Amino acid sequence: MEITVTVNDQQYTKDVEPRLLLVHFLRQTLGLTGTHWGCDTSNCGTCVVWFDGRPVKSCTVLAVMADGHQIRTVEGLAAGGELDPVQQGFIQCHGLQCGFCTPGMLMTARALLDANPDPSEAEIREAISGQLCRCTGYENIVRSIRWAAEHATTEPTAEEVSA
Amino acid sequence: MQVPAPFSYQRATSVEHAIELLGKHGPEARVVAGGHSLIPMMKLRLAQPDALIDINDLNDLSYIRVAGDQLLIGALTRHAELLASPVVGEHLPIFHDAERVIADPIVRNFGTVGGSLCQADPAEDLSAAFAAVRAEAVIRGPGGTRTVAVRDLHVGPYETVLAPDELLTEVRVPIRPGGGSAYEKVERRVGDYPVAAAGAVLWLDGDTITDAGIGLTAVGAPHFTAPEAEAALRGQPATEERFAEAGRLAAEHCNPVADQRGPVDYKRHLAGELTVRALRRAAARARGEA
Repeated sequence: MEITVTVNDQQYTKDVEPRLLLVHFLRQTLGLTGTHWGCDTSNCGTCVVWFDGRPVKSCTVLAVMADGHQIRTVEGLAAGGELDPVQQGFIQCHGLQCGFCTPGMLMTARALLDANPDPSEAEIREAISGQLCRCTGYENIVRSIRWAAEHATTEPTAEEVSA
Repeated sequence: MQVPAPFSYQRATSVEHAIELLGKHGPEARVVAGGHSLIPMMKLRLAQPDALIDINDLNDLSYIRVAGDQLLIGALTRHAELLASPVVGEHLPIFHDAERVIADPIVRNFGTVGGSLCQADPAEDLSAAFAAVRAEAVIRGPGGTRTVAVRDLHVGPYETVLAPDELLTEVRVPIRPGGGSAYEKVERRVGDYPVAAAGAVLWLDGDTITDAGIGLTAVGAPHFTAPEAEAALRGQPATEERFAEAGRLAAEHCNPVADQRGPVDYKRHLAGELTVRALRRAAARARGEA
């Protein structure tokens, strides 16, 4: 069936099978491979995208359910070529090693900070509790999100760049 | 890659339209709301509906409000909305206790209250919480509206009393003064289904229990309830001894099965212990201590 989905402010009209999952629609139909496909069981959270502004695990949503809705993926985070503070935070605080969980972590982090610009460590850990990282032990992810909270703009200071 | 079997997909534009579509497609059609239980089952081919009727556009089924002495919860209310609702926290903290440990914050953004009840998973948390508080389910079908006690909603694992062309539209929870409620769960890891869980609601007159409700999940309790334990509490003092006796009865009358989450004796132990903890916390809340 034909669906029209707005992804990162761009409209796409595609003919899809009803059983196509949103994650595969994004990756295969649209070629937006920034969203990762992981456990396929709504546990790992690497496939998190925004659905009308709410983070959702895209392996557990049908593409047809997104017809007429707004999706935002990790490709839509950087505005005008400038990294979002959460992306900058992951760079500054080494919030990733292999990078597999990162797209989902970034989308959840941005949603958390939009709702709660100054989250405590406990609130950050709760927000990412539906996501798995097997590299960092989460410490650096939590630090990265705190960094983003403390830097409303994306420019790192000269001191941070040299560090 | 997990891919569901083929099916047709249609969006309902109203409750009446959903019922009409369900009637047209027959018993092999399924309603999809959040889809966070159904779609995983379809991916594993444990569910293979011929048709999906999507009700996510029915915004008039998404609400939480108090009407008289009842809390009304629309079937399309998301878990996250139930957890965020101050009115729910004020009257029925059992639901906030339960929602904090249902899946994870991302899943709670999509999964719905009505979907949880209709999925009728034998380890589902809200089924036990709604059973504990003696909620009513409002069901619409081609012949009109009927209400069914949540305690009578489930007829077995993944089976409810809903006919193929009926839709759960609302859950009504009685609000009675002098009560306190709580939910206690043991899970293997964050966001998992429970090894066992218990919900309790108590009404006190001084220190006497005037009424009690207990819900159990994941331990094979018939209709998610523990009527023997409830009966043993009514008219009794709200003491540790009575709670222990209620826990013993709850454990005795449930029927857990061994699986990857634990052996029978452990689950039975949890059913009793979690009943005691839920009663203890419900009583503290009824007294205004917590």
